[in-house]
Formats: sequence, C-alpha cells, structure tokens
Amino acid sequence: MSGKDEVLNLFKLLDEAGELELEDVTIEAEELAIEFLPVMMQALVKAAPEAAVALKKVVELKAEKFEPPVFKYPGSIAEVQIGATRAEGGTRGKVIKIGGDTCPPFYRFESPPKNRPVVALDVFDQPVVPLAGPVKSAYKDVLNDPAEWAKKAIQVYGADLISLHMVSTDPTIKDTPVQEAAKAVERVLQAVDIPIIVGGSGNPQKDLQLFQYVGEMTAGERLVFASATIDMNLEEVAKIMKKTGHNVIALAFLDINQAKELSRKLMDGGVPRDHLILDPTTGALGYGIEYSFSVMERIRLAGLMGDEAFQVPISCAATNAWAAREAWMKVDEWGPREYRGPLWEATTAIVGLMAGANLFMMMHPLAAKIVKGLVELLSKPKLDVKLEEVNYRDWVKMRV
Amino acid sequence: MPKILRPLDVYKVLPQTNCGVCGESTCMAFAAKVADGVADLKLCKPLFEDPKYKDKLKVALEVARPPVKDVVIGVPPSQVVVGGKRVMFRHELTFHNPTAIAIDVTDEMDEQSLVKRAKAIESFVFERIGQQLKLNLIALRCVSDVPEKFAKAADLLAKNVSLPLILCSYSPDAMEEALTVVGNKRPLIYAATKENWREMLELADKYKCPIAISSPGDVNMLKSLASTFMGAGVEDIILDPGTFVKGDSLAETISTFAMLRRAAIEKEDKAVGFPLMAVPAVVWMEEGDEVEKKMKESYIASILMTRFADLMVMHSLDFWTLMPVLVWRQNIYTDPRVPPSVKPGVYEIGKPTDVSPVFITGNFALTYFLVKGDLENSKIDAYLVVTDSEGISVESSVAGKRLTAEKFAEAIKTSGLDRKLKKKVLVIPGRAAKFSGELEELLPGWKVLVGPRDSSDIPAYVEKVLKREMESA
Repeated sequence: MSGKDEVLNLFKLLDEAGELELEDVTIEAEELAIEFLPVMMQALVKAAPEAAVALKKVVELKAEKFEPPVFKYPGSIAEVQIGATRAEGGTRGKVIKIGGDTCPPFYRFESPPKNRPVVALDVFDQPVVPLAGPVKSAYKDVLNDPAEWAKKAIQVYGADLISLHMVSTDPTIKDTPVQEAAKAVERVLQAVDIPIIVGGSGNPQKDLQLFQYVGEMTAGERLVFASATIDMNLEEVAKIMKKTGHNVIALAFLDINQAKELSRKLMDGGVPRDHLILDPTTGALGYGIEYSFSVMERIRLAGLMGDEAFQVPISCAATNAWAAREAWMKVDEWGPREYRGPLWEATTAIVGLMAGANLFMMMHPLAAKIVKGLVELLSKPKLDVKLEEVNYRDWVKMRV
Repeated sequence: MPKILRPLDVYKVLPQTNCGVCGESTCMAFAAKVADGVADLKLCKPLFEDPKYKDKLKVALEVARPPVKDVVIGVPPSQVVVGGKRVMFRHELTFHNPTAIAIDVTDEMDEQSLVKRAKAIESFVFERIGQQLKLNLIALRCVSDVPEKFAKAADLLAKNVSLPLILCSYSPDAMEEALTVVGNKRPLIYAATKENWREMLELADKYKCPIAISSPGDVNMLKSLASTFMGAGVEDIILDPGTFVKGDSLAETISTFAMLRRAAIEKEDKAVGFPLMAVPAVVWMEEGDEVEKKMKESYIASILMTRFADLMVMHSLDFWTLMPVLVWRQNIYTDPRVPPSVKPGVYEIGKPTDVSPVFITGNFALTYFLVKGDLENSKIDAYLVVTDSEGISVESSVAGKRLTAEKFAEAIKTSGLDRKLKKKVLVIPGRAAKFSGELEELLPGWKVLVGPRDSSDIPAYVEKVLKREMESA
C-alpha cells in the first residue's frame, strides 16, 4: 500500500468513526502535512467538519528555522566628511560624517547603519522667499539675520548642521553680487562651530560665481556646496571643488540617468567620490514623492551592486513638503495646521529615509526634531531595548 | 531574483482557445493582464470549470501564486484583499493591493459609542485626485475577557457597518463565541500564538476564516506556525512578527519586516510568503503626550507601510494623523511607469468667450485638478491651457527646465486662442514667475500676468487683481 493510500484509508476510517485516537500510527507529521494533507482537506471540506476538528489533534508543530536572507553586495557607499577642524585645516568645532552604507537602509539583519543620517535646517540670507505660516512663526525673531537664525536653528532646535541658501543672489530676485553675499557665509561660520551647506539660487551662471568666490574664501573648511546641476559648467564646478577641498551636492531632476551623468562628470572632473552627494529632487508628499522614493531606492541599490556613480550619500530636501497645501492650508476638517504641517514635512523626510537618504534639509523645528529623534534611535550600533521585555501582546487589551 | 510573472508564463497554462469569456479577445491579451496583476486568473472560467483542464489548472495556480500570497478578508462588496506581492521595489512592478488600514474599537464600549465610532471609520473619506482615500477594516479588541461581550460587540458591528472585521483576542473561547455570530462574514482571526495555535487553527478551519499568526520577536516560531498551518491546509494566513516601538526597538521591527519580505520574494521561502501585519496602535500603550503619540503612530504607519506592511491596525481617527499615511499609500501604489498626468490642451472653465482670460499650467494630474477646482471656485469663465510638463509639478518642472517660457508660448500658439481671442490676457503660475518677461516678447499682443504661487489663492486673485486687469486690457 502506498503512503497515499494508507492515508486515504485512514481517512475513510476517520470518516466512519467520526473521531479516532491515533495511538499506534507512526506517520511523520511533516510528511503527512506536505504530501497528503491537501487531498484530505479537500475531502474533509465536503464530508465531515467534525472529523476535521478531530484530525487536527494529530497535527504537531513543525519546528522550522528561519534563515535570514543576507546578501553580499559588491559595492558600498562612500563616507563623506562635512566640515574640518583646525587640525584638518578648517575652523569647525565639530565635523559630521554621512554615508558609508553597506546594505539597504536599516536592514539591520545585514548590518547596522555606519553613520547616522543628519538633519540640516534651512536658513535664508534674506527673508525674500515666502515661508509657510507655521514655519515663519518659528523664526520670526531672526528672519533678518542669517547668523542669529543659524544659531537658533542649532541651539534651540537641535539642527545637526545649517543649510544657508543664498537666495538674494538670484538675478530675478535681488541679484546681490557674490562678494557681498559671501559676507553672510562669513558671519554664519563665525556664529556657529558646526559645518554648513552653502546653497545658491539655482541660476547656473551666478551659482558658479558663488561657488568660485565663497569656495576660495572658505577653502579648507570642507563645506558642502549646493547644487551642481546639468546646465552648469560642470568641469568648472569640479575644478573649484578639487582645488578648495569642499564637498558638492549634485542635483538631478527626478531622473536617474541625469543623476548618473552628473555624478560621472563631476568625478571625471576631479571631485573625489567621498566629496560628492546626490540629490535626486524631493517631491512633496502627495506631489510626486513616489518618483523621488523610487529614484533614491534605485540609486542606492545600484550603488550597492557596484555602480560607482551611485556610491555616494543621498540628500533629501524635505523642505519641499511645504509646497503641499495639505501641509499649510487652513482647512478645519483637516485638523490643526501646527501639527499637520510638521507631520507632513516629517513624513516626506521619512519616506526619503526609508529609500536611503543620508542628509535632510528641513524647515520646521518640530519636523526636524521628529526626524532627528528617529534617526538617532534607528542608527544605534547596538540596540538597548530587549524585545522580550516589551509586552507587545498587551495591545489587544489596552485601555485607551 | 524576484519572481516576476511574464505574459508567456501565464499563456502556457491557459486553454488557448481565445473564447473571450474573460472579457479579453485573446488568451494572450488576458495573460498579459494577469501577469501585470490587473486581471484575476479566476476570470478564465473554462480553466476553472472544465474538467479537461484539470491538470492545467493545477500548474496555473502554482504559476500564478505570488511569492506573497493574497488573502481575502470579509465578504463582498466590502471585502479587502491583502498581500499578493511579487516584488520588493515598486520600480520593478506596480504594487498591488494597497495596505489595508484597520481602526480599533473595543468590546467595552457602550453600544452607542461603538456604533458611532464604527460608522465614523466606515464613512471616513479624503478625496484626492479623483480618488476616495478610505479606511478598510474595523479591529474589534476583546478587552473585557468575557466571550459573550466580545460576541455581542461583533454582532453589533456586523449589523451596523459593512467593513470587514478583525477579531482580536488570544482566547479561543472568546474567538469561537464571536465566530458563531459573525463567522460567516469572513473576519480575520487575530491571533494564533505558540500557546493557543491548535484551538485557533481548528477555528480557522471550521469557520473558513483567514487567520493571523502572532509571534512577536520570534521569527523561527512564526515560520514554524505558518508551516504547520500550511501543512494542515490552512493557507489564508497573515503574519504578525510584532510591532515594537518602545525606544530603539523600532529599529528591530523595521529590520524584521524587511527580512521577512526579502525571504519570501528573493528566497521564495514559502512559509513566510504571506501578508505582513503591523500594529502602529501599540504606540498608545506608551506614556506621554497625546499629540506626540498621534504623530508617532502616524509616522510609524508610514514607515512600516514602506517596509511592506500589507495590513495595519491604528487607533487615532484624527484626520491630520491619517492624511499623510493615506496619501503616501496613494502615492506608493501608483504605476511607477506612468506619471499621473492629463492630456495637454485647452480646457474650458465655465462658458468662456473671446474676452475671457487664459490660465496656463503643467500637466501633472494633481496640478490640473487643483487649478481646475480653484478656477471653478472663483466662478469665472476662463480657458485653462495645460502644457506638457512630463507629468511633473510646476515647481519641479520649472526648476528642471521641463517647463520653459518657450514651451508656454508654443502651447498658446498651437491652442488657437491667439486668433480666437479679442482680449489676450495670460495668467502664468506664480512658481513660473520668472518666465513673464520672456513671454511678453514671445507672445506679442498678449498681456502676461503672474498668478498666485499656490492655486488656492486663485479666487482671491481673480477678485482683487484679475477683474481689474481684464477691464483695462
């Protein structure tokens, strides 16, 4: 009698008996389960539910071991140092390291993150950009002084670093000459001892002048310049960075091929891999963020799989969340703006975080606090909380 | 590598008669849709019903089974399908079966508040880009420990709302009591554990209901239980590896979710090839400020949804805490190959004439819907010219030079409005303000105005600025 017949026979008996003690039967439960049970179950469904219940009594727990699916990646992400101490040729009291990833973000079963992602708060050299209400109220006392603004962002709001946007240099806004605008950089560097990001206006010609002038003025500080774009003279940008030792953010517009081209050209021009950061553009939550998410995921995976152009940290401008009306518009049924807005910005950043972003440019203090608190917890080399000490199951009975 | 289904794989196991019963003209067309995840294999009636395809059907079911099984909770018309995932990354293939969100209620609530909350969950809606973003299930928690109370609450829910239920109790007695009342509605049984699994397995089998296996912090036990259940022929399983959020334990939760999903998809580990369940509601067990808890619950839901949660239980029903989660769900479940865009061209708002103003914008679907809505709110007759911005928002497309002054000018010239209109007034988006000078040059005879940065200001702009400008034009 084949094994199958044996079981079917047994089953017939069961059907007749309604219930049966299986004292002397030695069938491996595992074997039974895999090979024959579907046949039985089919018949059971049709025939006798009572018998099914009885049958289950013979089911034993199949002890299995879960094998964590750990991969070996041919590549890893460069570690970029932002800022330089006096010993290193700069004047910063603190330096920051980002990147160094060896697996997808927060896949701790492979390895814990090498460096904690960091949060930069935005500071504008002139209060010319319309700010959303909840953001403006957080900075209203310092809007006219970038140095005070930077100090507040660090001392009160806990920013890891500052992103100073030289918006006044925009030819269509104020067209401040770079020599004059540079004074704001100087003042901010004197006011704080952490590294800063110097951002241009987005005008390719003017930004090149800005990078050139401020780059040389602060040579050795290992700052970050933002952003090199596809319509800039990238050879010149690379030359400036190579000569002054600064880092640079390459900004691509939701286009992975453009990101690759930018990275290639800058590296070919002499920017070392550990001085380059990619910003694939962050769409606000609800306004194209899924493109940013997918481009970031693809960049990170390609980097880990060995594509050198993508073996650099990723920057995410979560500030863009405030372009979404869901963040700032007063609509009663949507709930209070003072919570809704920061949560919108924090969620925008968190989506980027899960896709692999290492550096966040943010605006609202509460949003920045949420994200910084989160990355601190997620990036610990070793976790403190023991899972067995958390009574997870109690959620079913909690009283709230 | 992920097991991506190709149309040819499906075609091979179809009857290949081009009978058309499924609604497609050919078996190949149907195969393509099944492979893409937009059509259900079951639509091929001959395959399932004709005994001569018995062998084919067996192979077909094996071929079509996604590495993460799809599990149905509830009964039509409000049933939800969770899982059914084939890939880990949305750039590989569109994600299907959006993460289902349940909100909790308890059996200790008095009848009135229970029904009120259940109805609030069911009627919750956020309308966005022509879609209704909604909640999907109700999770009834057995807090009382009294089986009759639990069953009574389940009964009350079933009588008052049609959303599918998750019955939450580790007590087989309470579960059975509730199942005798609502077991025919295919609720999700939560949960089988290493202690109660035999009884719970019997219940799942007896009532033919999907069941969650909960093994917090122990993936070996999770896999062992799932494997045991599969062996017993119970395959409508949902896995709960535990949602730990206290302090840094969240890091472990995130990692575990990724680990399980990768094992299912990349390693084809069938015993963990089931939908994953997360419980952001656990935040409410912690001490602390209520607003902080709401925020934490919201972003933990967004994180775990990004890390493959197929089903989530939440507690807060506040609009502002659910908005980001629902919108991110809407975003991440779109087809990554197609930007949500509308056709470029001229759209009429109200009944425009030859003296009506012209608004211009990009073709990102959301931009179009917002601008159109805001123009309608201003009760103005106007033309809306939609320019091809490659489905990207105005701000990004201006920055990325996908929208330029030349492109705007070209759109106006090809629209025919140049010849048709007596008054030529063009309002450009505030975020494209820098095009205004160049546009005046490119469009002789036109008055170019810079509109608001956000379209919600259009009604005020029309009232305060545009009407005056139209008169003087």
